[in-house]
Amino acid sequence: MDRLLFLLAAGLARGAVLALFALSLVIVWRAARVVNFAQAAMAAAAVYAAFHATAATGSYWIGLATGLAAGALLGAAVERGLMRRLPAHAPLPGIIVAIGLVMVLQAGLAIAFGPEHRPMHPPFSQRPFVIGGVPLLSPYDLFTLGAAAAVMAALALLFNRTPLGLRLRAAAFAPETARLAGVRVPRMVALGWALSAAAAALAALLLVPTELGLNPHAVDLLFVNAFAVAVIGGLDSPAGALLAGIGTGLLVSLVTGYASASAAPLAVLALMTLVLLVRPGGLLAAKEARTA
Amino acid sequence: MTPSPPRLAVSGLEVAFGGLTALDGVSFDVRPGETVALIGPNGAGKTTAFNAICGLVKPRKGTVHIDGRPAPARTTRLLAAGVARTLQGLGLFDRLTVLDNVRAPLIALRDRDADAKARTVLDDLGLTGLADRPAGALPYPERKRVALARALAPRPRLLLLDEPAGGLGPADIDALAETVDRLDCAVLLVEHHVDFVMRTADRIVVLDFGRVIATGTPDEVRDDPAVEAAYLGVEAAA
Repeated sequence: MDRLLFLLAAGLARGAVLALFALSLVIVWRAARVVNFAQAAMAAAAVYAAFHATAATGSYWIGLATGLAAGALLGAAVERGLMRRLPAHAPLPGIIVAIGLVMVLQAGLAIAFGPEHRPMHPPFSQRPFVIGGVPLLSPYDLFTLGAAAAVMAALALLFNRTPLGLRLRAAAFAPETARLAGVRVPRMVALGWALSAAAAALAALLLVPTELGLNPHAVDLLFVNAFAVAVIGGLDSPAGALLAGIGTGLLVSLVTGYASASAAPLAVLALMTLVLLVRPGGLLAAKEARTA
Repeated sequence: MTPSPPRLAVSGLEVAFGGLTALDGVSFDVRPGETVALIGPNGAGKTTAFNAICGLVKPRKGTVHIDGRPAPARTTRLLAAGVARTLQGLGLFDRLTVLDNVRAPLIALRDRDADAKARTVLDDLGLTGLADRPAGALPYPERKRVALARALAPRPRLLLLDEPAGGLGPADIDALAETVDRLDCAVLLVEHHVDFVMRTADRIVVLDFGRVIATGTPDEVRDDPAVEAAYLGVEAAA
């Protein structure tokens, strides 16, 4: 029982990170109908910016802010410099360019900083609180949960409760109509990419200190799991990303704890297959997403 | 005293798609408070004319002036110039609520009273009870009204209606005609429903193969032999 509680608590923190990264994929999908396969490499680049800012200043928080800013700038730059120039209404060029971008970014990071893992230190202890003899969440787990929840809540408020959010949603759902309604669609799409890349950067910044450390491929597994989460949730559903993220985090934690870490990716794949067999569009997909 | 310029002045408009000339020297105007119908058989160039006015297609030649000034090159600046448009295919934000659909252009214009103005328009068009429902979940006639409400919300000086009566039943067309009659802005409409056009339009411009073949009041156009041959005659025979 103690072990189960510990694994559930650990899964919750892992799930929050997964949900946040999946949400970043959902934001881009909604804004541009592109699965951004470069999201992991872009997030890794942002984490390198954070790593060097922290090393230069000695402040984790300055590093965090730098990483988020770098992520947002990189997201906007990729949209303005690459994605905007691709033919509209054809998903394949976007996917090919994203995969090419992965190669360029990861090779560039390896050339610039080397392939070795660089340890990143969390701002809070990773030693779990022990309650009733059961080790549960650590201060860093609580920070991770709080940060991910705060950002997801802020994004939900932004999209659903603000005039800017209405313009973002209008541009995403019907670009032609949005233009006629006076919405500057390209600006909104670029902003969507920036928000998405910043959210992915935060997820990566929260994850990397708990893993082996930073290298150009440090975010790859997070991307694979988060992509599965986004598909399970419904690809264009922020609520689906949250639900599937937490569920998948718990699943990964339980399978890792009771079976082995190498079985966890298989469990995620099995969950995705099962969900898609029952609900081909994902758990909370809108009708449009299934045919898009 | 200098007479005020027409709300919309289209002069010598030419649009071509590859080798196909869609509009060939089209000229007409719409004066303040006037309702002008642009009619013609399928493929005559009506929607292309709308798209050229809105900046969605680039004319090869010709000019479009709104209130005496060149129409904005960017579609997004059209609203600020006082022009709103509905689309043939409705073009609603299906997943947004009716209220958000109507608020969207006001938000884009950074109108501080967006919410109140949107609700007023919904009230005028009998849509208040549907404000919080997703637009995509409504029956077709209500969706048409939402599209009209969204176009009217920013209180345009010129309203472009693309087939507003299309797909509506007689009762809804009557209600729409009454709404259009009540509008105080200039209206340019494209429509196939001849009775609706005859009832609402002050003037009619008839296009055929991208050219203006007749202009006049509904009675003048009805009696024009060229129009009968190109369009109304076919309707009458049917």
